[in-house]
Amino acid sequence: MANPGKKPAVGAPVARRAMLGMLAAGAAGIAAAPHLQRGWEGFLGAASQTDPTGLTGLLPNPGGFRYYSVVGSVPRRNETTYELKIDGLVDRPMSFTLADLRAMPQTRIVHDVLCTDGWRVDDTPFEGVKLADLLDAAGVGRQTRAVRFTCFDGAYSESLTLEQARRSDVLIALKMQDKPITHEHGGPVRLYVAPMYFYKSAKWLSGISVTGEVVPGYWEERGYAIDGWLDGEDRTHGDAAA
Amino acid sequence: MVHRTTGWLMLLCLVTAACLYLGPLAQLVGRRYLLATVHEWSGILLPLPFLVGLMSPSFRADLRRLNRFADYDRQWLRAARQRLTSPEARPAGKFNAGQKLYAGWIAGAVLVMLCTGLLMWNMGLLPAVSRTSAIFVHDCVAWAVTIVVIAHVRKALADPAARQGMRTGTVPHSWVQRHHARWLEEEPAAGAAAREAD
Repeated sequence: MANPGKKPAVGAPVARRAMLGMLAAGAAGIAAAPHLQRGWEGFLGAASQTDPTGLTGLLPNPGGFRYYSVVGSVPRRNETTYELKIDGLVDRPMSFTLADLRAMPQTRIVHDVLCTDGWRVDDTPFEGVKLADLLDAAGVGRQTRAVRFTCFDGAYSESLTLEQARRSDVLIALKMQDKPITHEHGGPVRLYVAPMYFYKSAKWLSGISVTGEVVPGYWEERGYAIDGWLDGEDRTHGDAAA
Repeated sequence: MVHRTTGWLMLLCLVTAACLYLGPLAQLVGRRYLLATVHEWSGILLPLPFLVGLMSPSFRADLRRLNRFADYDRQWLRAARQRLTSPEARPAGKFNAGQKLYAGWIAGAVLVMLCTGLLMWNMGLLPAVSRTSAIFVHDCVAWAVTIVVIAHVRKALADPAARQGMRTGTVPHSWVQRHHARWLEEEPAAGAAAREAD
């Protein structure tokens, strides 16, 4: 700059163009995302069938489940150590082992799983005991409005109104995709609330407590909707598959 | 300072993103709420060092150098396309054409990540955009940023003199003559400083 003789390079503002170009690409991406995504899911669905490396699972929207946990490590529970307690405003506080739950009438639901983070798994079978049956077994008092769920990871919790909890598509699930639920997927027992986003379907379920009012769950205290109903488009798709 | 803080924030963003997004890492680390919070804030703070840097005249001068493309920058790009690696084939000022393009692109990409990230965080901002769309763009651009930043860091690892420049603020004169000769022609004052440091 202290150089009047030779001018410093003043050329086209290419870096600025690169930045604006990227911004435009981003905006175009947002606009085209619904179309791109459909094509992408189709392509990945086909590619993952023939992909022995599993690399397709890393790409955006790979399909399949993703692992979410709010704690560092989750203890494992099995046949002998698992126990589901029902307490709170019930006539008979009860506790169920895995064998007890298996001995009850089982219901199978096939429904889409949708996460608020944009991933989904279509037509997933869940099988287990209707929550309504467990509530009936314990006997629910008249002054009650809601059900609170706690988990043996030590942190997660969820909630439903009593009316929601009595729906026939709300399960205490023992099987997913026709296999016992693995630890990674919240096994041996998880909640499955078919008509709502998947954060409502608490993993590693260990306690059901009937309460007078709704007690917001883990993510609900952190800004998530207390009623996690699927949104318009997601709901129609979900019901069509059910 | 600007480069260093931006670099650390970017690394924080990428590491927390990996722990949130990649299954095996998520199973290892868990603690989703903590990681999400760190990720959101490191992302939001990412443009801050740049904005603070704008107060410094020397930082603004560097931005001007990065922005403007000279004829020799086009020659540099042609050489890069033809895989010519000799310094004579790749003339450069203080920043070479690759660094200029990188700077522009990453600035745009960070803004796209910031906008889509904010949309994921608070859908009230732009009700017309579905959360799924924002997530899709955020995921795709995230992979592009990851690949490009890895390439960026590899370039730095391959060039000890450039790293010395970033660490200490001075570079060997001989290195400038060889790799950034046009800088000396355009700004002899910078050349004199470099000679002292040699």
